[in-house]
Amino acid sequence: MSTPVPRQDWPLYEVFIRSRAGLEHKHVGSVHAADARMALEHARDVYTRRMEGVSIWVVPAVQIVASDPAEADALFEPARDKVYRHPTFYAIPDEVKNL
Amino acid sequence: MYTQALDSHGKEPVPAPTEPAAAHFQARIDADEKIEPKDWMPDAYRHTLVRQISQHAHSEIVGMLPEGNWITRAPSLRRKAVLIAKVQDEGGHGMYLYGAAETLGVERAELIEQLLAGTAKYSSIFNYPTLTWADVGAIGWLVDGAAIMNQIPICRCSYGPYARAMVRICKEESFHQRQGFEIMLTLARGSAAQQAMAQDALDRWWWPSLMMFGPSDADSKHTAQSMRWKIKRFSNDELRQKFVDITVPQAQFLGLTIPDPALRWNEGAQHFETGPIDWREFQAVLQGNGPCNRERLAARRAAHEAGQWVREAAAAHADKARRRAA
Repeated sequence: MSTPVPRQDWPLYEVFIRSRAGLEHKHVGSVHAADARMALEHARDVYTRRMEGVSIWVVPAVQIVASDPAEADALFEPARDKVYRHPTFYAIPDEVKNL
Repeated sequence: MYTQALDSHGKEPVPAPTEPAAAHFQARIDADEKIEPKDWMPDAYRHTLVRQISQHAHSEIVGMLPEGNWITRAPSLRRKAVLIAKVQDEGGHGMYLYGAAETLGVERAELIEQLLAGTAKYSSIFNYPTLTWADVGAIGWLVDGAAIMNQIPICRCSYGPYARAMVRICKEESFHQRQGFEIMLTLARGSAAQQAMAQDALDRWWWPSLMMFGPSDADSKHTAQSMRWKIKRFSNDELRQKFVDITVPQAQFLGLTIPDPALRWNEGAQHFETGPIDWREFQAVLQGNGPCNRERLAARRAAHEAGQWVREAAAAHADKARRRAA
């Protein structure tokens, strides 16, 4: 053997599974793998042993850009006072049908 | 398969939530909110979870060994296929749990180092040998049964990734327990020799299964804090009692005798009372002096070392492919 490789993990991939056609892919967990193909195979073995899916996405975890919980207020607060975006904001007399 | 009352192994002291962030954190927990990986959390909460989840993961991985011992000797193709599927599930459970632990900012390689170095704990139950085929039945029935009892409350744990991993695990454990009971039932309805084998397995696995729930409440170091954090929902003794109450009638159905002369039904309390647990045995196993501690770690180390070249080769291949694509 040539130079020893230091003990470190293979890259982390996040796993998303479509449980059946018609539904969206949903995050289920993560796997380590040397490359994308191995990540798919590991995801198959770890997350679909009981027919849990018909399609798998694996995404390198480092590629995911996530919002910061500390900024949650700034991000989501502006929607809070815009209740007029919901249908229940509008008072319609009971006798009016199909609205 | 399962975790022990892992709160009993910790060392770090737990600070009172005095700072405002800690108070806010506790308020979120009290309101039954889930904590997610990027949320602020007290260091002690993080450390407790890393320790508990990684010990739980190690337990799943080491737990493959006692049953794996019988794959080549399973009595039929059906039993063999089932046992392979079960052992594969245990490996999968380990993977879910290492994944959940990693969301807390630790590396999987580091956790595995700790297991192989002998500095991390895993459930004491896996340091007992599987001497006969009936042991495979007893493990599914009793050990997985105890595991389910322990794990179902963790599905509601305050830490989201751990709770979600546990939901997935609990769904799969039910198969484990039922296949184990089916093995016991087949033996119990079999020849005198098979019945004796089933009884012998119960005799050897009963007390270690009760020990899986961890030390009695009076001696459990971290139960109170873990309960405040909603990492733990019931005390060790409560869970142990529930397990005894549902398992004794199952043993009666099998026509087997629980190896506890002091066992009796308490009509007033509506519970079975058991004799005293030999905690010296529990402590000895935890400290590395169980029947198979050294064998289990040696097997894990050998597997890790034997796989080293494969991991290196896969990494080298991936590197080469990336360079060629660049």
